[in-house]
Amino acid sequence: MKKVIVKKNTYYDSVTLMTVSKEAKKIEGVKEVLVGMATELNKGLARNIGLYTEEMDTLTPNDLFIAVDTDGDPAIVENSVEDLLTKKKEAVSSDFKPHTLDSALKMMPEANLALISVPGAYAADEARKAMENNLHVMLFSDNVSIKDEVELKRMAVEKGLLMMGPDCGTAIINGIPLAFANKVCRGDIGVVGASGTGTQEVTSIISRLGGGLSQVIGTGGRDLKSEVGGLMMIQGIDGLAADPDTRVIVLISKPPSGDVVGKVLSALKDAGKPAVVDFIGGDPKIIEDYGFTPAKSLEDAAYKAVLLSCGEKICDAPQFTMPSGEIDKLAAGEAEKMLPSQRHIKAFYTGGTLCDEAIHILQEYIGPLYSNVPLDASYALNDPNASLGNTAIDFGDDIFTAGRAHPMIDPSMRAERLARESEDESIAVVLLDFVLGHGSNMDPVGEMLDSIRLVKERANQRGGYVSIIASVCGTPEDPQGMDNQINKLREAGVVVMPTNAQAARLAGLIMRRKYDEQVK
Amino acid sequence: MNRLNELFDSKLKVINIGLHGFADDLKSLDVDVIDVDWRPPAGGSKRMADLLKKLK
Repeated sequence: MKKVIVKKNTYYDSVTLMTVSKEAKKIEGVKEVLVGMATELNKGLARNIGLYTEEMDTLTPNDLFIAVDTDGDPAIVENSVEDLLTKKKEAVSSDFKPHTLDSALKMMPEANLALISVPGAYAADEARKAMENNLHVMLFSDNVSIKDEVELKRMAVEKGLLMMGPDCGTAIINGIPLAFANKVCRGDIGVVGASGTGTQEVTSIISRLGGGLSQVIGTGGRDLKSEVGGLMMIQGIDGLAADPDTRVIVLISKPPSGDVVGKVLSALKDAGKPAVVDFIGGDPKIIEDYGFTPAKSLEDAAYKAVLLSCGEKICDAPQFTMPSGEIDKLAAGEAEKMLPSQRHIKAFYTGGTLCDEAIHILQEYIGPLYSNVPLDASYALNDPNASLGNTAIDFGDDIFTAGRAHPMIDPSMRAERLARESEDESIAVVLLDFVLGHGSNMDPVGEMLDSIRLVKERANQRGGYVSIIASVCGTPEDPQGMDNQINKLREAGVVVMPTNAQAARLAGLIMRRKYDEQVK
Repeated sequence: MNRLNELFDSKLKVINIGLHGFADDLKSLDVDVIDVDWRPPAGGSKRMADLLKKLK
């Protein structure tokens, strides 16, 4: 039976509702359920799953709906959802909450930063109001127009404020992780990053190598496009230049637009501090021409930043932490257990920049990969829900996240996909990332274990073996407990490498052996 | 000193507008945070919200 239950003027944030939707799907008899605010997006999702009714036409984004298709009584679903929502509300701190920024400022007139994560349609207005009140802004929301982004960032530059975002997932200000960020040591390395999980990987590795971070400033992924002109990366560089606690600067981004790269590197030159630049997959020459150190991977960026911070001579990070003889033995051992028919890799990622880095590295070993985020458009998957040969998927891509939480919060879509592909006899290697830190799922490994075991078991039943390689992005101080996550993976037979770059290289080595085997 | 460097020299004090989980994370780190119980302005009507903005 299909039914839509409406609760007028009842507002919950999107992550709460996505979590409740996920839990409501487990109620006995429920075939499909969507719990959401009546935004255009959620109405569209209800339409897609055949649960839209005419009464939803008049609902506003302030109205909650529960659209359900169940074999049982819809009233049971309604009661269960209400229980779940009540529990969520009780779990949230009971401190008094003002309804507007103005009232919040009356309670805390000395506030200096607004962390904004409202739906995209309202985000620019809230950010503007915050900056009018001289607050620095971290804008986590996405779906903000590039026109609004340019206006907001120009306003920020005029007022000397930070305007991190839109779509900025990571920042660490004065040692405090904001949104998705790791618990890192403090120190003298300052980072400006346009890539969320790229910044998390670099800052976590710096901390694990014994270095420390002064400030970590996010810009949002579009900052280095021509339209925005690197406004916030330059603002961030200027801030780090004037910061006596920052001795080394690291920049992380996909390659900037041609007309922006010079502006950014000139600002870095003016900063007058040693710097490492990782324009992921970009040409290192222009970085060297400006006198800075280019990084070959996120790990390499962290490694070189720590060397600079210690006043040591710069050299490349080793390809592997393990001695090369042991790595060759490991790769050979994994490959020899496979059947000749096993010849494909599936790289399933929750972190966008980590996925991009893995594709760049794997390409050196096995050529282009099919992907929803391919390096070459001719390798774009027509259907991102189905793999094709060697495939890399970024599950944080918009096509997967409409109406659901990011896979770093809710990894179930990746788990389901991996379970489904356990039937694929050609699968040889699975490459996975696990991103820890504040904001992320509290047990990302636990969420994947059933699928990991299933892939291993199905391959075993066919007389073969699937090699599962993973890396964990985080620090031992993160709330999930890094050692605990790594141990769970190892107990399930997963090879855990120290960094994403090393995991991708090992996966590449194993695949290379499989290719060589076929040639013989 | 510009506002960025003032921020780097100050205790972080945050106003959180949106996902409550972010405010809870900050509270667990003993950061001063006011969590706004935000909801779409003008009852969720974009047209009404635009009109209200013009009145200000």
